[in-house]
Amino acid sequence: MSPLATALLTILGMALATYVSRAAGLLLMRRMTPGPRTERFMRAIPGAILASIIAPSALTAGPAEIIATTATALAAWRYRNLPLAMLVGVAVVFGLRQFMG
Amino acid sequence: MNTQTPSAAGRLPFTLGGALAGFRACVPVALGVAVYGVLYGLLARQKGLSLVEAQSMSLLVFAGASQLIALDLWSRDLPVVSLIATTFIVNLRHVLMGAALSPQLLRLSPGRAFGSLFFMTDESWALTLARYADDRRRGLVSDGAFLIGAGIAVYVFWNLSTALGHVLVRGLDDPARYGLDFAFTAVFTALLVGLRPRRSDALPLIVATGAALLTARLCPGKWYILAGALAGGLTAALSHAPVASEPEIR
Repeated sequence: MSPLATALLTILGMALATYVSRAAGLLLMRRMTPGPRTERFMRAIPGAILASIIAPSALTAGPAEIIATTATALAAWRYRNLPLAMLVGVAVVFGLRQFMG
Repeated sequence: MNTQTPSAAGRLPFTLGGALAGFRACVPVALGVAVYGVLYGLLARQKGLSLVEAQSMSLLVFAGASQLIALDLWSRDLPVVSLIATTFIVNLRHVLMGAALSPQLLRLSPGRAFGSLFFMTDESWALTLARYADDRRRGLVSDGAFLIGAGIAVYVFWNLSTALGHVLVRGLDDPARYGLDFAFTAVFTALLVGLRPRRSDALPLIVATGAALLTARLCPGKWYILAGALAGGLTAALSHAPVASEPEIR
């Protein structure tokens, strides 16, 4: 097989693996009726994923990031405007990194 | 939610207007994604991938983290199996994300639901989830096309920026120099606040955060998201808090 064909087939395999991960959650939920425990589990998942995504970059990257995360959360809570909250976070972290290295 | 079988709940609307609303809501975030698309295109060229290869990956795989990790593994003798296996593992978090949107997705035709899921990324998932939570609080009927609209916004920007990075950009400053790396943390923070967690959500959130931090310290890659999500979910499942203190309005 030519190198390009191998590369494209590999990419196709990666695409399939990714799509399976995207479709699997719905496939599983189509087959089951959640009981109360599963329902509590599923209800907690969205918040838990969001908290997990931000945890390392928000809490362990340094003081600039901790302060910027707090500022972002306050802006989001006060104004309920996503682009604005994003700008606040980026501006605060950019400003603080100038001083804190 | 126990009674929410697809037929009992009825179908959700799936309109062009809903898709456009998702697209528009996602554009600011997609611009942040594009910064990383340029970086991916540039790194792909440096790693020896042709434009066809780099672009096919963005068009077909369409998953930023796993594409950047794949570049790391890419070599002359392609490690085909580990590339595919690593991609699957990096993307396992999507399983929980898709499940979390299932109350709405189950109320779409399978074609629409599974078509929309092709475009689901961390960003479009989170925006859609926030939108549906907001609809529910206001007693509005959600539009099922929001997810695919938001996803296509990311798709367009990701693919254009891949080409741009591969063809045009000859050098790129570290996005962190301008604080751009923090854009994603900021977006996900704002979306978490937008979910308006209640007191009973505090313990699962704290456990999720702790598990994510611990896992991030111990394992490379994106395992920490899956670990934190599972830990938070299990904490909620094992707690004795009453289910659904918030009435479901649909």
